Parts: sequence; C-alpha cells; structure tokens
Amino acid sequence: METLLSSLRITVATMVICVGGYTGVVWAIGQAAAPDLADGSLITAPDGTIIGSRQVAQAFTRPQYFWPRPSAVSYNAAGAGGSNKSPTSTDLTDRAAETVAVYGATPENPLPADLAAASGAGLDPHITERAALYQAERIARARNVPIDRVNQLIGHSAFSPGGVLTPDRLVNVLEMNLALDKDAAP
Amino acid sequence: MIQAILFVIMIIGGTALLSWPLGRYMNWAMDPGAGQGTPSGFTSAFQAIGGPATGQAQDWKRYVFSLLGFNVVMFVACFALLALQQYLPLNPDGKGALEGTLIFNTTSSFVANTNLQHYSGEVAMSYLSQLAALMWLQFVSTAVGLAALAALARGLAGRKLGNFFLDVQRATFLVLLPLALIVAILLLFTGVPMTFQGSAVATTLEGVQQTIARGPVAAFVAIKQLGTNGGGFFGPNSTHPLENPTFWSNVLQTISIIIIPMGCVWMFGRIIGRMKHAAVLFTVMLVLMGARITGAIGFETEPTHAFASLPITQDVGNLEGKELRFGAAAGPVWAVVTTSTSNGSVNAMHDSLNPLTGLMPMIGMWLNEDFGGVGVGMINMFLYIVVAVFIAGMMIGRTPEFLGWRIEAKEVKFAMMGLLSHGFFILVGTAIFAVTPWGAATLNNIGPHGFSEILYEFSSAAANNGSGFEGLGDNTAAWNIATGTVMLLARFIPIILPLAIVGSLATKRRATESSGTLSVENGTFAGMLTVTVVIVGALTFFPAATLGPIAEHVMFMK
Repeated sequence: METLLSSLRITVATMVICVGGYTGVVWAIGQAAAPDLADGSLITAPDGTIIGSRQVAQAFTRPQYFWPRPSAVSYNAAGAGGSNKSPTSTDLTDRAAETVAVYGATPENPLPADLAAASGAGLDPHITERAALYQAERIARARNVPIDRVNQLIGHSAFSPGGVLTPDRLVNVLEMNLALDKDAAP
Repeated sequence: MIQAILFVIMIIGGTALLSWPLGRYMNWAMDPGAGQGTPSGFTSAFQAIGGPATGQAQDWKRYVFSLLGFNVVMFVACFALLALQQYLPLNPDGKGALEGTLIFNTTSSFVANTNLQHYSGEVAMSYLSQLAALMWLQFVSTAVGLAALAALARGLAGRKLGNFFLDVQRATFLVLLPLALIVAILLLFTGVPMTFQGSAVATTLEGVQQTIARGPVAAFVAIKQLGTNGGGFFGPNSTHPLENPTFWSNVLQTISIIIIPMGCVWMFGRIIGRMKHAAVLFTVMLVLMGARITGAIGFETEPTHAFASLPITQDVGNLEGKELRFGAAAGPVWAVVTTSTSNGSVNAMHDSLNPLTGLMPMIGMWLNEDFGGVGVGMINMFLYIVVAVFIAGMMIGRTPEFLGWRIEAKEVKFAMMGLLSHGFFILVGTAIFAVTPWGAATLNNIGPHGFSEILYEFSSAAANNGSGFEGLGDNTAAWNIATGTVMLLARFIPIILPLAIVGSLATKRRATESSGTLSVENGTFAGMLTVTVVIVGALTFFPAATLGPIAEHVMFMK
C-alpha cells in the first residue's frame, strides 16, 4: 500500500515537472529565441502561403527544377520512411534502374549515387554538388539560359555540412529551385 | 578515410572525456550516503514528494518490490493515456484510437526502456500521448535503471541498498532533467521544431499539397537520446530532417546516446570505491565497441550491391537509407553506438546496411554490456564479471572472489540464468517466427535477409534496444504480443537477478583481499573479462549469425 502510494505521488511529481515544466520551458525558449526553427523552418511566399520547409524535401518532376533524391514514401512529410531494402534486394535494383532511365544515365556518364539511393526518411532536403551539376544541362536547356549560370548558382550555394569533416559539398534542393525561379526565370 | 577517423575520435574520445566529470556528478547526485553526496535538502524534498515509503533503507527484496510496484503504475498510466488518446486534449491533428495489442506493445516497450516502435509517431500519436505517456516514460524508465545500478553498487560496497523511491527521484530530477534541458535547448538551435501547432500544409513549387508533420520534437529527442530510450518522435527516427536537421545535431545526438552509459561505469567505480576496477571495465567496453565501429565503417564503404550492374557511380559508400548531411561515417558509427547502449534510435535505415555492417549492431545487442543501457548496461556487465571471476577462479584453483565477496554456486547460477535468458528469448523467438506465418508473412526482404529481419527484431526486444530492420511489417497481433512480452521479461530478469546476487552476498562475511586474491584491476582481468564476453556471445549467437547476415554476405561474394 505504501509502495502504491509513493509510486502514485512520484508519478504525479514527475509528470508535472518533466512533462509540464520541462516541455514548457523548452517550448518557451524555442518560441522566444528561434521561432522560425521551432515552427519547422517553413518558407512562405509573399502572399503568406507556405511553400514548404527548408529542411524537408518536396517532389520535383519538371525539367526546369533540380530533382531531389528518390523517396520511398513519395515525399510524404506526414508519414516518412525509407525503402528498407537490403543490398541483395532485386526490388532495389529495379527501382534504381528506373531512376537511371529517367536521368538517361550511361556507363560513360554514370548517375551520382545519391540520386539513385533513397534516404532514410525519404525527405532528405539535400543532394551532392556533383548531383546538382549532373542536372545543370537539363535545367539550362529547359529554362533557355546558359549552363554557366546554373553552374554558378550551384557553386554559390554548395556548402560542407560538417566543415573539414565532410569533404562532399551539398546543396539544398528547394532553396536552389527558389533561386532558379528568382534569377533564371524561363 | 581520414575524416572518418577524425569523426570517431571526436565523438567517442570526446564523450569518454566528458563522461569522467559526469560520473563524478552522478555519484554526487545518486549516492549521498557516503558523506560527500547531495545535501540533505534534496533528500528531504524527495521524501516530502515520495511520502511514507521513502523513510527506510531497503533490503534487496524490498527494493525490487518497490521497483516493480512503480513499474506497474508506470504501465497502467501509459496504457490508459494511449488507450484514451482520441478523447484527450493536445491532439491538433485528430489522431484516432490505437489498436489493443499495439497499445500493449508500445506501453511494454517504453516501460522497459526499449522504445521498439510498431507505430509511426507522426501518423498514430497525439502530442499528449507523445509527451505525457511516452516522453514521461523516457524519463522515469531510465531513472529506474540508474536507481538499480546505484543499489547494486551500494550492495557490493557492503552497504544497505538504499531506498528505491529516493533513487528514482534523484535520477530523474538531478541527473536526467538538467542534462535533457541542456541538450533540448542546443537541439532547438540546430533546427529541431518545438511547437504545439498541428501539421503545416504547404503548396509546393510544382503546386502539389504537402502536409508537414511537426510538434514538440526538441524536448522529446533530448531525453530519447540521453536515456538510451531511442523512440523517435517521427517514424523514421533521427533520419528525419526535423528530428535531426544538421551535421551538428547529429554529433550532439550521438554524444547524448553514449554519455550517460559511460558515466555509469565511473559512478559504479566511485560507489564501490574502486576506480581502477572501473577503468578496467571502461577499457574493456571501449575495446569491444571500438572493434564494431571499425568493422561497421569498413563494411559500409562498399557501395550497395543492388547498384553494381547499373551506370551509377560506385566511388561512395552505400547511400540507401542514409542522409547526406551527416557525412559518410555517421551512419555506421551511430548504428554501433545505438546498439552498444540499448538506445535503438537510428540515423540510417539498418535494414539497408550492407550485410556485414548490419551484423555489427546485432552483435552489440547480443552482448548488451558495452556500454549498455543507462544503469542496466553496467548491471549486465556485472553478470559477465561474476562468470569471468568464477572461470578464472576455477582455472587457478582458488575460491572465486569479487571485491572480497566469495562467489559460490548460487551467485553463478543467478548470473548464468541472466545471461542465458537473453539468448533464450532471441533464439527461441526467432526460431518460432521463422517457421510460422507470424514471422514469415511479415518480411520485407526474402532469403537470408528476411531471416535477419526476424533475428534483429527479437534481438532488439531482448536487448531492450528498440531499433529494427524496419522493413518488417511488425504491427501485427503476433509480433506485438511476442515482443511486448519479451521486452518486459528481458527488462526485469536482468535487474532482479543481480540484486538477488547482492542480497545473497550480503549474508556472507566479506574477506579481506590478500596478495593471493585474483586482482580485478589489471590487464589480465581485462583480458579474461573480454574473452568471457566474446566466448559466451559467440557460442550463443554464431549459428544464428551464419544463417542471416553472413549467408547474405556470402551470396554475392565475388
């Protein structure tokens, strides 16, 4: 009986302090110091509609845009997930073969691996700089702009996420596409 | 490769250094009895909160009884909150009712500090369920493990075990809460959301609607990592860009996974008053974990075999199921660290790891002691110590002793029961599910990898880990009931048996150590302990490994 009573009292105390107090403090700090990040890093259009989140990939299929990595959940940001296919899976080979066909990759001009591999959550907002350059020609043609302009944009936007610890530079697909619409309107 | 080495040194080396002052602090917080601990003000506050049962020092039976009683209350509270979530507030996206066996599985999972998830957070759970049921258990279930370790260490030091209700509050309020607050605030600034608004609905540049789930994520993720819980706010856990947005959030989370388990070893050393012994244990654990990290990074630099025949660049490692922003070494390092510690969060999909890389996390869960879950990892190591001391004693023909306590048949029996129950749950469970539709009908991959999915799931449940080869369609009544039961048994058997051993030791006279006593503070003992862990693990699990990951590797060997 004493055990039950003490357990209940500690349950109430930990609920109040760890669920109510702790969550409240973290929430208040987030909303006060970094409200943009705390609300999900949303990007809004001038008219106030939400375009997406900087941190979350969205689908791109039109030729004038950079395309993100494949997504096992079709970029569903309300039900994310990976393919969970093993390296011995023929399903994975078939899926990658389709991607290869979409990009028209050849043994002479192979597809950068990140464009063939789905990410863990299917929402990876980045592609490698190499994967962006791989798409530059298609984008330049679709937008009828010189390829140098697209390449320049890639060079400007590419960053190393972990400094010297990550030699492969990345670009954010959604931010690049917004920049394309702004600077290289078709 | 040089970046990978630097990354490992930064994470593992840095955390090992930080664990030293943390161990000191944890000793201060958890063990006021020795004179230099927390001021009595805290103790009286915790007595005021906890009420009558906090008054007396407990023997092992009383301590275990209190521990189990508290866990029953934890179970009932969580079960009720989950079962009623559709009627309760803080549910802006209108999440509906959960199925019965899923509620049982989820409750068992979070009570047992496992966080195996047969649901997907952003699909199934209301914010109230996430915070008041699941995150609450992430605090208190971790505290239960830490309390049990403190009690074990006090017993080995020849003292009374202490009082469970005081220990669980010390662990919650003095150890976990301040650390979680620091980590949560740091996570906020890397871009982890913290909002009570429902999902955002976006209209993408190509004019399609995209619903973006969010929520009070930062608070949840901090304790998920620190408490070796591992249950993600979102389904794909820390691969999700809103749960783990940047390279640096990933570094912070990897450190958070392992820092308290490392600190536990030093706390144990301080309470038993044998820091040299703790240093030996720490080294053994570091070596066992380091070996798996090396293996995982090496195996994962191979590109996925699925792309071998296609015109795809083959000069980067296996990227399927991985995020680019964390860098190449982050996936395999995390995969090992999260299974070394019974955390079970993931930053890459383990199902898509190369076969031998996928074996490394499984080995971590099979051994389950380097560094293990908060509190319970060190307790598991104690079981191996008892066996190692016993074997060493037999080899040199002396009565086995540990810290002056005579280890006799009863203690060794309890230790072996603890260690063998682990293999029993994993192997028997896997065998049953491999030959029945319960398992076979739920696979996402065929052949040896399908077997690996079943093996991994039972390993994860029995190790109270919580990660998975997530392709497995595990939200079925059979999986929910089987793993839910295994998680509870595998949680409490290895807590009760070691405390029973200490209870048995307490009835004996403690011998003074002489020059003839086998030292537990030197390299010989470190070697003996390592060999014991490896041999017990290999004898139990090697046959199963050959049927799963090893067979899969051999299948496409050139």
